Amino acid sequence: MIQQLESDQGGMAKDLTKNRRVVMPSWTEHEEIKELQQSYSRNKVRTTKYTFLSFLPKNLFEQLHRFANVYFVFLGALNFVPIVNAFQPEISVIPIIFVMAITAVKDLWEDQRRRKSDQKINNCSCEVYDRKQKQYVERRWAEVCVGDLVRLCCNEIIPADMVLLHSSDSNGVCHIETANLDGETNLKQRQVVRDLPQQGPEFVPENYSSRIECENPNNDLRRFRGFMEHPGKVRVGLHSENLLLRSCTVRNTETVIGIVVYAGHETKAMQNNSGPRYKRSKLERRLNVDVLWCVVLLLVMCFIAAVLIPISLYVSIEIVKLGQIYFIQNDLDLYNPVLDTGVQCRALNITEDLGQIQHLFSDKTGTLTENRMLFRRCTVAGTEYPHKENAISLEQYEEQGCGDADHSLTLRSRASRKSLSCKSLSCNRSSVSLNTLTAESDTHSVHDTLRRHTPGAFSSTMECAVVPDPDLQVKLNALSSPMRSALRQEAAEISHILDFFIALTVCNTVVVSSPTQPRHMVQMPVVRTPLRSLEEMKAMFQKLSLPRFPLSLNQNTDTPPSLTKKLFTRGRSASYFPNSSPQTPITNLQSPTTPSGTPSNTPSTPVTPALSSGTWTEDMDDIQKAKDNSVRESDSESDDEDEEEELLYEAESPDEAALVQAAKAYGCTLLGRSPEQVLVAFPGTGPLSIPLLHVLPFSSARKRMSVVVRHPLSGEVVVYTKGADNVIMELAEAAEDGFSREIMEQTQKHLDQYAREGLRTLCVAKKVLEEQEYKAWLKRHEYAETSIENREELLLESAERLEKNLTLLGATGIVDRLQEEVPETIEALQEAGIKVWVLTGDKQETAINIAFACKLLRPTDHILMANCDSKEACEARFHELEHEITQVTKKGMKSEDGSFDCVLVIDGRTLDYALEKELQGSFLNLTCCCRSVICCRSTPLQKSQVVRLVRDKLKVMTLAIGDGANDVSMIQVADVGVGISGQEGMQAVMSSDFAISRFKFLRKLILVHGHWCYARLANMILYFFYKNVMYVNLLFWYQFFCGFSGHTMTNSWVLIFFNLLFTSIPPIIYGVLDKDVSGETLLDLPDLYKSGQKSQAYLPSTFWVNIVDAFYQSLVCFFIPYFAYAGSDIGVFSFGSPINSSALLIILLHQLVLCHVILFRVFCNTICPSDLVRAQKMERLSAQDYYMSLQQWKENKAAQRLSSRHIPQNLSVNADVPYLTDCNAEAGAVLS
Amino acid sequence: MMASSYNAKDEDGHHPGSVGSGGPGAVKSKKPDNTAFKQQRLPAWQPILTAGTVLPAFFMIGLIFIPIGIGLLVTSNNIKEFEIDYTGVDMFSPCFNCSQNYSWNSTSACTCSVPFTLDQPFESNVFMYYGLSNFYQNHRRYVKSRDDSQLNGDKSSLLNPSKECEPYRTSDKKPIAPCGAIANSLFNDTLELFYIQPNGSRIAIDMVKTGIAWWTDKHVKFRNPGGNNNNLSHVFRETSKPVNWRKPVYELDPSDPDNNGFINEDFIVWMRTAALPTFRKLYRIIQKKKDNMTPTLPPGNYSLEVIYSILEKSA
Repeated sequence: MIQQLESDQGGMAKDLTKNRRVVMPSWTEHEEIKELQQSYSRNKVRTTKYTFLSFLPKNLFEQLHRFANVYFVFLGALNFVPIVNAFQPEISVIPIIFVMAITAVKDLWEDQRRRKSDQKINNCSCEVYDRKQKQYVERRWAEVCVGDLVRLCCNEIIPADMVLLHSSDSNGVCHIETANLDGETNLKQRQVVRDLPQQGPEFVPENYSSRIECENPNNDLRRFRGFMEHPGKVRVGLHSENLLLRSCTVRNTETVIGIVVYAGHETKAMQNNSGPRYKRSKLERRLNVDVLWCVVLLLVMCFIAAVLIPISLYVSIEIVKLGQIYFIQNDLDLYNPVLDTGVQCRALNITEDLGQIQHLFSDKTGTLTENRMLFRRCTVAGTEYPHKENAISLEQYEEQGCGDADHSLTLRSRASRKSLSCKSLSCNRSSVSLNTLTAESDTHSVHDTLRRHTPGAFSSTMECAVVPDPDLQVKLNALSSPMRSALRQEAAEISHILDFFIALTVCNTVVVSSPTQPRHMVQMPVVRTPLRSLEEMKAMFQKLSLPRFPLSLNQNTDTPPSLTKKLFTRGRSASYFPNSSPQTPITNLQSPTTPSGTPSNTPSTPVTPALSSGTWTEDMDDIQKAKDNSVRESDSESDDEDEEEELLYEAESPDEAALVQAAKAYGCTLLGRSPEQVLVAFPGTGPLSIPLLHVLPFSSARKRMSVVVRHPLSGEVVVYTKGADNVIMELAEAAEDGFSREIMEQTQKHLDQYAREGLRTLCVAKKVLEEQEYKAWLKRHEYAETSIENREELLLESAERLEKNLTLLGATGIVDRLQEEVPETIEALQEAGIKVWVLTGDKQETAINIAFACKLLRPTDHILMANCDSKEACEARFHELEHEITQVTKKGMKSEDGSFDCVLVIDGRTLDYALEKELQGSFLNLTCCCRSVICCRSTPLQKSQVVRLVRDKLKVMTLAIGDGANDVSMIQVADVGVGISGQEGMQAVMSSDFAISRFKFLRKLILVHGHWCYARLANMILYFFYKNVMYVNLLFWYQFFCGFSGHTMTNSWVLIFFNLLFTSIPPIIYGVLDKDVSGETLLDLPDLYKSGQKSQAYLPSTFWVNIVDAFYQSLVCFFIPYFAYAGSDIGVFSFGSPINSSALLIILLHQLVLCHVILFRVFCNTICPSDLVRAQKMERLSAQDYYMSLQQWKENKAAQRLSSRHIPQNLSVNADVPYLTDCNAEAGAVLS
Repeated sequence: MMASSYNAKDEDGHHPGSVGSGGPGAVKSKKPDNTAFKQQRLPAWQPILTAGTVLPAFFMIGLIFIPIGIGLLVTSNNIKEFEIDYTGVDMFSPCFNCSQNYSWNSTSACTCSVPFTLDQPFESNVFMYYGLSNFYQNHRRYVKSRDDSQLNGDKSSLLNPSKECEPYRTSDKKPIAPCGAIANSLFNDTLELFYIQPNGSRIAIDMVKTGIAWWTDKHVKFRNPGGNNNNLSHVFRETSKPVNWRKPVYELDPSDPDNNGFINEDFIVWMRTAALPTFRKLYRIIQKKKDNMTPTLPPGNYSLEVIYSILEKSA
């Protein structure tokens, strides 16, 4: 294998120039450089579609993609042929020129805006190193080339993709915010290229002469592969951690220097800029068919130069859609005051599809739920800690939250934290001066402070305090109390607990920052370890340690020398403040007599000198500065200890933040993070640095993440893994001793229980590595890291090699609350005849519970489970389920009561089989019988596959809604993609057609705006056909009287302006503003939505009825004047004008009547009014009557449903107790 | 990506959530205005059409139109019409010979007279029309076959008529004036009306040949080239007459310079193409007597003298 890889690498070197690029510093003299630079694109960007010269041909070409445009150009051309010309050729091209000119002007205008923004961007300035002047000079962005050295300051935007060479940060990291790129507002860490010869505080460009080889430009934001070759032929691997992406913002770092590798259009940001997609709406597709029909009709009628095909139709449709979008975006009901966002319509041409949705695919997390994770409970070493108080506080919070108009209040509790530390202190007798705490109240009120979540400040700060479980608290604190002589069993448990908390604190990618310095990462704070407690702990740990935890202080290589030094300098400290912020460097409690009274503005100045030799704090100035700042800040604030700042955790996923917060509640506080180490405080230890050896980041394939650290106490290399429960349980070794086996069994039991409660579960495990074992792994891993090709696969493999034979520590349960009005919305959507499917990555039980909570599942529903391991089993299961459905329906026939429905729950693996060709059919059959389908454990790919399958095979209109990156593919596949701008960045929004901020807005968006848009547009299009057919037929009838010569009785100008001027505005106004039924009624009666689903407004039959109607009207319009004038001395035009004007009048009158009736409908409305008409009538009634009839309507409908239901039944699944784990595969048993 | 995201922000007035830069005060809220228009609450009237409302409305409208219709019918019935067919298809028709023997080559005109009797007097002005049936004056290529600028007196068009006139554009290498098929097929029968007194003597009835065309046609659309130059033959000297014509355009009415050339009213009337294949055109007006005592055409015997020239059988 290795040989193979090596040979691969050898092969790669050969075709070096072909598929990779070489970047040399542009300020060195080298012949190659100029040549290379010419081949790479410059940093100037042009996002405009057209240039001055290419506008006309390119725009024309694009416009001619429309069938109708081609047709009219053809007709116009035909008029220049003398034999067939009907009009003066000049006149005949006016309409098409007019229409195309409007489109062209619109395009030009859009392009102009793009050009302006391009110019703005290109003219931004940045500092580029100049060879001649030997210093950094200001340059425009457009002038930056590949190989340039660029220096950026904090908060500057990165002009091109650069490899980070230097950062003012002592750790060689810099933080960037990628909000411009993907909308994620959390900071991402980037790292200076490793093993760079000059790591010092100053970067001298002259000394840099390495060459960079990297892959050719591509659009993968998260991938960058390459290596840097130093003059000594030493190669260092480069990866995405080293790359600063264009249009991101440098945060938190004073200056960074990087070398440009991709510029301009070759940057990843630009490569990703594909522009909006063009979707064609269902209505428009049908429209095209009907245009073709008109051509056929035209051929049949066989005369030239008619205007049967509505030339202005396309233009009008576009204008109408713009108008509709304007009104959707201005809807106050879809406005979220908290986030200050309304609805965003990103696709301009599918508004009417909103009115025809038949299937809705929803993501769960963040879409139905808040994606606001709150730690709820956990299980460690087989013992469940129910966190009752926490539950109570959560409930209270929820109540409060619900009481409030906006639900984004986050809770933070200071008092509770204090009381908590008080409790813990009292347990930790050894090192506490109780004086510190007497001043503080011991209240348990959690809701002291409700802090408004400032919009957009931090996307994923979960600031809800966790009330610790007393039992767990006691056990954890036992660790630092040396008095306890623990039993062996208990000792093992305690070490598990400690490991569990270490894992919670360390095994994540959370960045710590503080509120007063937004977007600035907390500098690595002063390390003060209370000596005694640490020593005691170590002793304790030693005592507790199982034989395989050998511990000696000598081995404790991780402790930096400064740390030990400090330990002595500081002497014994009586306090530990898990939550104390580094900004007010650990309120000086050296003297126990002045506890909270110690002003925080006289901070640890004596401490700093002692730190000067510390390994962390090479850059003393920085630290000092930061400190001064912070002191100043705290000065300006209150001296009160309550004002001590809290740490803000910015995590990529909300779960991580929740877990870190939870650990913090137990006194295990994450204080800071650098690439090499993590600063953590444990109860009784104070800040500890844990050397971070590796981070194996989370990947959806592995469904877990790991960190490799050196254990702070034992000094061993330990792997902490956190991930989805099923994955971790598999990886956890079947332990040889009964203890761990018991843990596993117990934990599994607890996990099931959590899932039943609808909690999100995560398992935490660890593994201790022998030194040799670690070294062996390290070697392979480093190879994987530095390799350029197959890097991802190698890293995956490497991670899998590490993450096995784990020891299970415990599991956590996290609550994710439902968003407001989700059940109502889902109910309304289902009533509207939309099938709602939930596609989630969560586990089955959680998914089912959420489904119950949001009323997707009703107590009476019959749940069909499909969990299969093989294709055959899957097939058999499907048959079984089908049988079951028929059985259930039969049974339902007999019993009278209640509604019955089946709901299919299918897991990811089974879904894979179901999506295979052979089983697709039976899967779809099955789903058709079910009211809803819940797919759990599904991957993003599966989500999109499911959507595509349903869309293509069932030929239905689909809508996909989601908020995260994992929903992007699904959103793109669906006919209508809706993105929720929520916690997880903007990726879903970027790829969506409509973006809303809450799930509940979907209700109005679909039921009201969708219905309106569809009804309006459909009627408008019908009207367009009507008016053209009607008008053209007048000319047609005339042909019988002019020898079929194609002469018209009206002036050609009138003919041409008929569509463009005389009859264009009314339908547009109609298409934008008409309301068949008011919005309130549509919301109250979701039933009405079904008319859109069945395309009732635009059926083929309606089209033909319209055409026939038009024929009839034109007959009347023509022959009445004809008989009136027959045989008279009437001239051609005198004959034409009354016909023309009467037709115009009738056409406009028809429009007037069309708000809502075509003549044909009068009878329908009288004899058997459709639901829509009845709703219209209802609106006439007084308020009281209105509600009466509304009630009656609903009753009627319910009665209808009952009577039409041929398969009612009752089922024994009791929903009050969502007790579903047992109905797994044996769902059949439930029936009996 | 970048540029487009900038765009999006500009377009929607969207600000990236006030992250980092820009205080909350600086960011304009995106809250939509609560106006009747933007929230689609404009007052509106929405009729629901059912048979109950539509049928009475129809009847009402119908009732309004009934008196109008009655009025129109009565007026229409007061108009007396008398029609004479002189095509001469019928063997016993006086014009039978003319219709049979007429040929383009013959230089002498064929004349026939049709006697008729009026039973009732014709009061007021009497309008005399000639009518053609199945003459497709509205055929597309026929209609186009004219040059309006030539007819408007444009000198250059006079000598270089529009291509639309083909194949009646030039003859003998001279431009035709007036060119085109319409002009070429000018109705050139001459009709005269005589009152036959009981004693057998014939009195020619005075007929006015002007005032039969539209005022705009006569004064705006049609103009002789050369303005008020009375010497029309000189103006038209470089043109040739339409092939079917007997005489050039400047001899249409030599007696009246205001009715000669392009502004000859018979010609103008002909040039205004009829909408339908069976049509009639105003030929003459018999003005009522000044004394107002005797009717314009008293009852009695009359004779219509036709100088037969048009090839109506085939038309």
